[in-house]
Amino acid sequence: MAIVQAKYDSAEALIAANPAPGGVKWAIQAQAAAQARLREMGAPHRRDEYWKYTNPARLVAEIAQPAALFKADEERPFAEVDRLRLVFRDGVFDPEDSDPLELAGVEIEPLADVLQKDIHWAAMHYGQLEANGQNPVPRPMAALNTACANTGFVIRVTGKAAKPVSMVYLHRNETSDITIRHLIRLEEGTDFTLLENGPAAARLNKVMEVDIADGATFNHVRAQGRDHERQAATHMFARLGKESSFKSFTLTINGVLTRNEAVIEFTGDDAHATVAGACAGDGDFLHDDTVFITHDAVNCESRQVFKKVLRNGATGVFQGKILVQPGAQRTDGYQISQALLLDDDSTFLAKPELEIYADDVACSHGSTCGAIDETALFYLTSRGIPRTQAQDMLTLAFLGEAIDEIEDDAIADDIHARLEGWMERRHG
Amino acid sequence: MLKINDLRVALKEEDKQILKGVNLEVGAGEVHAVMGPNGSGKSTLSYVLSGKGGYQVTSGNATLEGADILDLEPEERAAAGLFLAFQYPVEIPGVGNMTFLRTAVNAQRKSRGEPELSAAEFLKEVRAKAKSLKIDAEMLKRPVNVGFSGGEKKRNEILQMAMLEPKMCILDETDSGLDVDAMKLVAEGVNALRSDGRSFLVITHYQRLLDHIKPDVVHIMAGGKIIKTGGPDLALEVETNGYADLLAEVA
Ligand SMILES: Nc1ncnc2c1ncn2[C@@H]1O[C@H](COP(=O)(O)OP(=O)(O)O)[C@@H](O)[C@H]1O
Ligand SMILES: [Mg+2]
Repeated sequence: MAIVQAKYDSAEALIAANPAPGGVKWAIQAQAAAQARLREMGAPHRRDEYWKYTNPARLVAEIAQPAALFKADEERPFAEVDRLRLVFRDGVFDPEDSDPLELAGVEIEPLADVLQKDIHWAAMHYGQLEANGQNPVPRPMAALNTACANTGFVIRVTGKAAKPVSMVYLHRNETSDITIRHLIRLEEGTDFTLLENGPAAARLNKVMEVDIADGATFNHVRAQGRDHERQAATHMFARLGKESSFKSFTLTINGVLTRNEAVIEFTGDDAHATVAGACAGDGDFLHDDTVFITHDAVNCESRQVFKKVLRNGATGVFQGKILVQPGAQRTDGYQISQALLLDDDSTFLAKPELEIYADDVACSHGSTCGAIDETALFYLTSRGIPRTQAQDMLTLAFLGEAIDEIEDDAIADDIHARLEGWMERRHG
Repeated sequence: MLKINDLRVALKEEDKQILKGVNLEVGAGEVHAVMGPNGSGKSTLSYVLSGKGGYQVTSGNATLEGADILDLEPEERAAAGLFLAFQYPVEIPGVGNMTFLRTAVNAQRKSRGEPELSAAEFLKEVRAKAKSLKIDAEMLKRPVNVGFSGGEKKRNEILQMAMLEPKMCILDETDSGLDVDAMKLVAEGVNALRSDGRSFLVITHYQRLLDHIKPDVVHIMAGGKIIKTGGPDLALEVETNGYADLLAEVA
């Protein structure tokens, strides 16, 4: 009983500390509805089944734990990619430092402006995917996000985007505690790539809703920033129409606590979704990938590919579920989560789940956890490659299987280089 | 070149002696064959010489050009000029064959204080050597040994040897699993590398490889020891009579 009460008290405290920004009528209604959802479900608590492996205390604490700023400034992220750059400083959009919000095939508006518009397509969509995604498992941090977000972008893709949009989230204040929200809608047959980079803040609550109409293609690559003490709870809600495609990759290096949830629903036939992640953690690091994929259409394919390299007491968590609804025949669901433990102090906790209500379905899942392969290591060293270099090669190769899920080669190379950097820094 | 003196080796994990006093000396430029029944310790000998973990040297030593090698790391032995063509080449997903070769070549050059090969120099050399082993560009691009046939794996071992230009080459059953054409290709690759300064220890089950790679000396290994040493005729004798007589002789 005490636990239950604590969840509700904590939800109240979160609502009080994060007041709704308001706006026009639909915005106020969406925020109020989200507050009501949060009140009903309560804040996450470590006794919750869904938070069994990851203690949410730091995410819901009234005052965010400060995070020291990372000294070495991130080398210009995705520098080799022609992109539209949008820069945030501790969650505040910085138009001075950003490219103009103009891109062929894409309409981009700041969320704060949109919340003030009586007539806008977003009125029908804002918070919808988040609300749908609350079943069967509640995601209180996402409801909180809808209730209080005032920063982020509302993006409508109307054609083939001329180039990727790259969001750069700078962290400049050690105590920043922020909320970012993006709402993205891809119209039929359109094509859009979103890049995201950086820690954003000491503590970040980020939600992205992506509604992908028939035949549209969405690619997403993000890197979460190297600040060691940063904390983040992020959610990605996606709905896929007929013959659409969704591919998302996340690189996480450092960060004391990261919970990334992906909630994906197939509503049209013959669509494809990939969620992939590579993470490298050294020391006080917990990284949690929580994925929920619902197949509610025929002949759709989903892939989950998660790779984690852990050392010095780092913890990796994976909770991945594939739910195949009645009638979702010819579903192809693939899920793999693997951890490479570079020492005996690190931990990997995995909970793969399949729930299938259709008969013509091919679903597979695998989860492994192990040390570096000594046989492979001997083979490499016997050719004259020093042991540490050989270990790095095998570690990169391991993570490479997740990076391979990235569609664009230049972007994949960028991610590769960052992991190489991570390994080099380990050797001081 | 290679001198092995009363080498005795046990497994680390269990109390099991595998090599029970191996004596062997391979002179510069010589080709020695080691034959013997399964389980006699041939692969173990090749692993211990190249530095694989899991073995305990209980006595004896091994030197390469007079320098002790058994205390060196595998990469140090490689840099000193030792090479093992594996009986079972290892598959390494995610590491491109070409990247692997270039990293190995440059790591060895670096440890010897030589300048690294430029990408262009390396490419030129690897292409020429791959061609003579009928290894196509596709195979160079693929991950190391992944999806290679048995014969492709063995040719890939010889390519590595050709690129690394070691002084002491140990070939562990490089002929097993090869058809006649593939075996000829491998033998040609080996013969092309023969020189005054380079020695070979060719471990094989069958005499047929030795028709192509002519040994100077043939050793018979059984029960963790060299039980007989002779000229090329010894291999023919084994081929016709099997090991039974030889084993009876020493028993
Ligand atoms: N790692 C090991 N664990 C257990 N037994 C081993 C191991 N390595 C070698 N042996 C044993 O040592 C003996 C010699 O093996 P090996 O060197 O592979 O022989 P060969 O190559 O001549 O066939 C065999 O009896 C084999 O089973
Ligand atoms: Mg053998």
